[in-house]
Amino acid sequence: MNTVVLLALTGLGLAALYFLVASGLSLVFGLADVLNFAHGLFLGVGAYATWWAAGNLPGAGAEGLGFVLAVAFGVAAGTLVAVLVELVLIRPLYSRTIEQVLVTVGLSLAGVALLQATWGADARPFPRPEWTRRVTGILGAQVPNGGLLLIGAAVLVLGGLLAFLHWTRYGLIIRAGVENREMVTALGIDVRKAFTLVFAIGGAAAALAGALGGVYLGTVSPGQGGSLLIFAFIVVVIGGMGSVVGSAYAAVAVGLLQQFVNYYGASGVGDLCVVALLAVVLLLRPQGIAGKVAHA
Amino acid sequence: MTESVVEVPPARVPDELTPHRRAWHGLRPYLPLLALAVAAVLPYSTVRLPGIFEGPLNSPGTLQLLAVCLVFGGLAAGYDLLFGRTGMLSFGHALYFAAGVYGTDILITRAGLPLWQAALLTVTGGTILAGLLGAVALRTAGIAFAMVTLAFAQVGAILVARDFGGLTGGEEGLPLDVSGLPAGLVGVANTVNLYWLALAYLALVVFVVHRVAGSPTGRVLAGLRDDERRIGVLGLDPYRFKLVAFTLAGGLAASGGAVYCLIVGGASPHITSSELTLSLLVMVVLGGPGTRWGPVLGGILYMYLDHRLTAFGTSDAVEALPAFLSRPLSQPLFVLGTVFILAVYFFPGGLASLRSRLAPLVKAGRAEPEGSRVGRRW
Repeated sequence: MNTVVLLALTGLGLAALYFLVASGLSLVFGLADVLNFAHGLFLGVGAYATWWAAGNLPGAGAEGLGFVLAVAFGVAAGTLVAVLVELVLIRPLYSRTIEQVLVTVGLSLAGVALLQATWGADARPFPRPEWTRRVTGILGAQVPNGGLLLIGAAVLVLGGLLAFLHWTRYGLIIRAGVENREMVTALGIDVRKAFTLVFAIGGAAAALAGALGGVYLGTVSPGQGGSLLIFAFIVVVIGGMGSVVGSAYAAVAVGLLQQFVNYYGASGVGDLCVVALLAVVLLLRPQGIAGKVAHA
Repeated sequence: MTESVVEVPPARVPDELTPHRRAWHGLRPYLPLLALAVAAVLPYSTVRLPGIFEGPLNSPGTLQLLAVCLVFGGLAAGYDLLFGRTGMLSFGHALYFAAGVYGTDILITRAGLPLWQAALLTVTGGTILAGLLGAVALRTAGIAFAMVTLAFAQVGAILVARDFGGLTGGEEGLPLDVSGLPAGLVGVANTVNLYWLALAYLALVVFVVHRVAGSPTGRVLAGLRDDERRIGVLGLDPYRFKLVAFTLAGGLAASGGAVYCLIVGGASPHITSSELTLSLLVMVVLGGPGTRWGPVLGGILYMYLDHRLTAFGTSDAVEALPAFLSRPLSQPLFVLGTVFILAVYFFPGGLASLRSRLAPLVKAGRAEPEGSRVGRRW
């Protein structure tokens, strides 16, 4: 029983990490049709900016309020990079899907290399508050606090995103744009502002994932975003592109599956099961759990 | 219609029919053969090209670098069969290449098969793998297809990294056991044979892709790239044609993997990474998708820069720059990624389009008679 609870909670921690990355990807893809390979870069920027702030920014640190400030700085940096990428690189290629993918591919290669050039290829120890290293007893299982922090953050982000999408005017425009972009444009609404907005949201969520993932894993390295990104892609496809709720369900399914199978089966089998799940979903329900059909 | 068009003398001799041009045009079909011949006798030259290669042309180091470049030229040409000619954006091409490398390596080193059996089995296996996975992945289209192929390739990367059954050597990679190989392919002194092998592979891929592109199947593939629905309306099954292209490209990549395994003398897990597929994409786009020589040039140039930029990054000229410049410049991927982004914006047709892009400039430089200009108007 202890093991099951522990696995379920660490699986949910992993799911939270996937969700933070996938929600932004899913919104960006659903609205702007951009398959964003540079999303891993936003995550890396968030992680490194937090790491840098904790050591160098006055007032920020590894403990208490200082840590909150460091994370806020990381999220702000990730958001800024995402907005800049959208404005400078993606916008001129509006509605040319393949070129947009190519640009984000080039950006992910160059960006990760830049991180590596600046801070080295090796993993660096991540500053984290003392309490995140401890464990909490839940139903007899000793759960690491870093994972619980991730789950909490993901739930807050999910709630915030849903509230934003359902109760604000811009949320309405984004939802309408995911459903039918041409119609929104025809109604005289500048849908490109919404593009910038979803990039900002996605960048912020990914940067938060980078910062809290750094807390969870204890280290930060330039390649971290890339390996997470592939599973985030899988989560997006399973959940349905453009659906935040679908991403949340899919993230939970993928995280739990991975954690349980990796524990009870051989290490690595869980990752294979996730891809098998993707194949099954695509064959039975190509549009994902809750999404619109993916067009070319 | 304006008067000026009617006045134009209709019998103006086109530029390409003037005598000095005719000789050049008669030669053109043989240029690939000429290039092949030059490439084949290159190892007999001892010319030193300081700054371009470290040793003389026939030194083993240079030949190995050239061989790797040639293999990647072939790989990029094979990938272009998917991306440039059929319009399929696959992010999993590294899988079939890696299957070729690891398949050959494992069959020789772990199973002790002779080279020809291992290579044959690997290429067959790689082709079948591509056919099976393609059959599943092609049920999706566009971006979803890209993601599915990416996920399949990730499975390959996981399988290799986790080292199931101790076959792949995990993170360490698997050095090739050379005791059972033909003597001509072993040892530093025989690098030239590997170079020729790589050249033969490149020639094979270019030939196959060229023949396929010129065949009726190739025309259907080009039609799929331009307008898939129209092909369907014509009564042809897009799925089947795409699967053929996917399987063929997978087989070509697997044979490239077998050659690469011999050149490098083993397998290492980084070739399974999605980064390799992404760099294939970069090669094709830099070279010019859908052209015969663009991807080949792109592949050769990319691998060459990837190797040489590392040396360039540690050279004195770069070291002397301030840190904020020298550090990024010492990362080959930063330079290549930036060049790639610029190419997407400013050279959408890649290297292969440079000629037609520069043509107006050349033409403007040449003084043309006024009359011929007017005649071209319509």
